[in-house]
Amino acid sequence: MTAGIEYKNREQPERSLVKVRQMTFRRGSRTIFDEIDLDIPVGKVTAIMGPSGTGKTTLLRLIGGQLRPDSGTIHVDGDNVSELSRRSLFKLRKRMGMLFQSGALLTDLSVFDNVAFPLREHTDLPETIIHHLVLMKLNSVGLRGAYRLMPNELSGGMARRVALARTIALDPMMIMYDEPFAGQDPISMGVLVKLIKLLNATLDMTSIVVSHDIHETTSIADYIYILSEGKVVGFGTPQEIEESESAQVQQFMQGLADGPVPFHYPAPDFKTELFGLGG
Amino acid sequence: MNTWIQQLGQAGIRFFQRVGRAFLFLIKVLMSVPASLLRFNLLVQQLYYVGVLSMLIIVVSGLFVGMVLGLQGYNTLVDFGAEESLSVMVALSLVRELGPVVAGLLFAGRAGSALTAEIGLMKSTEQLSGMEMMAVDPVSRVIAPRFLAGLISMPLLAAMFSAVGVLGGYFVGVGLLGLDDGAFWSQLQSKVDFQGDILNGVIKSIVFGLVISWIALFEGYDTVPTSEGVGRATTRTVVHSALAILGLDFILTALMFDE
Amino acid sequence: MRQTKAVEIGVGLFVAAGLIALFVMAIKMSNFSSFDNGAGYDVTARFDNIGGLKERSPVSMAGVKVGQVSSIALDSQTYEAVVTLTINSQYAALPLDTSASIFTAGLLGEQYIALEPGGEETYLANGSELQLTQSALVLEQLIGQFLFNAGGDDE
Repeated sequence: MTAGIEYKNREQPERSLVKVRQMTFRRGSRTIFDEIDLDIPVGKVTAIMGPSGTGKTTLLRLIGGQLRPDSGTIHVDGDNVSELSRRSLFKLRKRMGMLFQSGALLTDLSVFDNVAFPLREHTDLPETIIHHLVLMKLNSVGLRGAYRLMPNELSGGMARRVALARTIALDPMMIMYDEPFAGQDPISMGVLVKLIKLLNATLDMTSIVVSHDIHETTSIADYIYILSEGKVVGFGTPQEIEESESAQVQQFMQGLADGPVPFHYPAPDFKTELFGLGG
Repeated sequence: MNTWIQQLGQAGIRFFQRVGRAFLFLIKVLMSVPASLLRFNLLVQQLYYVGVLSMLIIVVSGLFVGMVLGLQGYNTLVDFGAEESLSVMVALSLVRELGPVVAGLLFAGRAGSALTAEIGLMKSTEQLSGMEMMAVDPVSRVIAPRFLAGLISMPLLAAMFSAVGVLGGYFVGVGLLGLDDGAFWSQLQSKVDFQGDILNGVIKSIVFGLVISWIALFEGYDTVPTSEGVGRATTRTVVHSALAILGLDFILTALMFDE
Repeated sequence: MRQTKAVEIGVGLFVAAGLIALFVMAIKMSNFSSFDNGAGYDVTARFDNIGGLKERSPVSMAGVKVGQVSSIALDSQTYEAVVTLTINSQYAALPLDTSASIFTAGLLGEQYIALEPGGEETYLANGSELQLTQSALVLEQLIGQFLFNAGGDDE
């Protein structure tokens, strides 16, 4: 909570591409987000971190307009996402890409056709230009040689890179990465880290990275948000976060087993449960 | 006491919510169908998966059903000296009932289950959600062409089933049991009514095609996105399609052939 | 798109096979070839008893099918059955005094209307009424009559 106040008093030097204000989202009776405020500065890599189950992926879906908040607002580039018509929402989505954890490649299309998919759906470009564009995008993720392969012939890391090439096919203003490092070997993790950094710099994009891999994320992020139990518990540059005094932030950053997030799932007192049952 | 009433209520609410979702889904699909007619490539591809790949099982089953009808019908009719009506019996059973119904059941098993599994898998691997984030509507890009392909394939498959079945009856009746070749066809032409029998059979098969495609695609689209959920949805597609075909067949028969 | 020639050819064959099946059913397996809906004219005939005649029962002349029964109604004044026959337009030159009889095809077969041409020079037109009719023979009545007569002979 203190972190929230600390953040509100901060001045924001850059323009924000995404503005989340007082946003609450519930799933059933569980509150996933409790009136959170969040800003994604333009042209920067912003990481959203937190323990599993804090709804980091849900946040991306909210920003993408696939889910609607129960209260509060989410503005993307000036538009209130939850109030857009389907048509304008689709128009907005053409300018934002999302990289899914699984890659979400279309399994019945080849690598080439997957990258060409958004171009063919949204543009009337002639086939030769599409061909060149696709190879350019594939080249930028280092997989130009694999354009003939089918998705089931790719390793997990390669699938994610193809998906990345597909995401940048329409030159979006923003890319949301959902757990880009999860389940990757160190080499493909390194490749993805390099790509995210490179793309953000060369294509002048805004990136949101959802992750819980502390080392990789701190190495590329300009700013980090830490979410826990539906609240923003920490915000700042990687260095500020590492020096934060918040117990929740420190527990997460150092991977402590017990802390504000307890080791034990909520349960009645062990002694009374053990002996109470006998009696 | 309270709990089972509550459970009953919950089950009822869940059921009606699902029915409501199914109808909304159908409306959405129907509205996307005209646009998907323009994407001819997608339709051709789905016609291949839905129609062409179901052709073999339909033709082979049709042949055998027709042959069995020929044999059984002959044994019964010969007792009344009415074996020259064999062709009419075989053709009417096929064209009115067995063609649409058996072809529908086979279609649900072959193509319907495949559609559910495919869509379910696309959902559980986030392909549908990914498409949505790419500003592509999965209903018009993925669902509508498959729906249309099912709608077109089913009457064609049922017609093949009936035609091949009559041919099977011909092989048995004329080839094996020595009925007169000319009488076989002339009986058909005088007793089978184009509008009353053949067109009604075609209408039945179109209705079945719509219902099977609807059930199969909805089950896939509404599946719980896990491998277990997809498996269950596939089973449900076959069971629900079979029940829907048989129930609707009774209603349609009562409406069409009530004279 | 990964749309090979084989897929296109397969779909082409599939659609062609389906349409051929429909075509064969229509031409070879039904009355479609002798079916020209609307292209005919209606005449009526009154019968005391039509037996098992139904709508769409055939109408024939000299054994050739020339039309079909299009509707059957009861005249509540005379208690006669009014049967409307649709005759194909290619058989337009039927004499006005043509007679209609209800016969049975075989012993237990379906019933049909047989037309017997008369000698008039004028022809039937749409709305004409056939004056000479012969009702259906009802098997039960025949048997009853036969038994009655047989009993009478014995005495």
